[in-house]
Amino acid sequence: MTTETPSNKLNIYGQTFNSRLLIGSALYPSPKVMQDSIAASAAEIVTVSLRRQSPETGGGNMFWQQIKDLGLTILPNTAGCHSIQEAVTLAQMSREIFATDWVKLELVGDEYNLQPDPIDLVKATEILINDGFKVLPYCTDDLVICRHLVELGCEVLMPWGAPIGTGKGLLNPYALSAIRNRFPQTTLVVDAGIGKPSDAVQAFELGYDAILLNSAVAQAQDPIIMAKAFKAACEAGRYGYLAGKMPEKDTAQPSTPTLGMPFWHQS
Amino acid sequence: MQLKINGQTVETSESRSLLEIVRDFGATAPFALAVNGQFVPKSQHESWVLSDQDSIEILSPVQGG
Repeated sequence: MTTETPSNKLNIYGQTFNSRLLIGSALYPSPKVMQDSIAASAAEIVTVSLRRQSPETGGGNMFWQQIKDLGLTILPNTAGCHSIQEAVTLAQMSREIFATDWVKLELVGDEYNLQPDPIDLVKATEILINDGFKVLPYCTDDLVICRHLVELGCEVLMPWGAPIGTGKGLLNPYALSAIRNRFPQTTLVVDAGIGKPSDAVQAFELGYDAILLNSAVAQAQDPIIMAKAFKAACEAGRYGYLAGKMPEKDTAQPSTPTLGMPFWHQS
Repeated sequence: MQLKINGQTVETSESRSLLEIVRDFGATAPFALAVNGQFVPKSQHESWVLSDQDSIEILSPVQGG
């Protein structure tokens, strides 16, 4: 039996984590529900972003204080950026304000499905890595794009399960599985598209190291209970993967002993 | 000189520093700044030389997914 040891904790650029759930801070019905949901999820990494300061919302200070109160590791994103320059500038601003060299690199390539632009994503990744960033690229499930990102030095890849906010689950398990098999040493996170706890279980059963989600919890009818459900799902999926599933068979095999069966065929 | 701050047109004196201008605008910590799409680190907020028609972005933490 395989058991969890420190060596198989989630590893992100040399930092280790017990939780394999990365969670977003957006779209919750209220700040209190956001805090309680994130706490219930047991996530140790929370995603945040930067936008124009609005005096009406206290300049973002109230939100930032609420996040800091959670005491978690911060992962800033570049959500909404449509060009390499926008993404690089936002990453640099995030590094200063959040005091981290981690960046969840998002570069929108098409408004219809918010698909990452694979070409500009690679170019922006190279610029940011050369500038000292530890890049966590939100990418499509394209094996070759993933290979370019790994060759540039990405230790973490975050391919999508489905477009952001759709909750459609893992639309292409084959492609995700191929990425897992091709890059056994890379930390792989399914980012976006997860809608229900069983999607999370499936990601771990494919051998993924972690999942990143936001809407699935924040837009659930009860976000706090759903956060607990995803916590349990991540543990179930990870343990299931470590344990190794039984071999599949094409024919039924009785589990209860047949030897000693009374009235066996009435003979 | 005329500047754009977070998309709003602002008239200001040429003698004011970038930091003074964003404070006049009402910026409160924490924030990060960019001018014409280029990041301006905190260490240069007082010394950065602005030009007429420059566009300043004042960004602060918000929720993100």
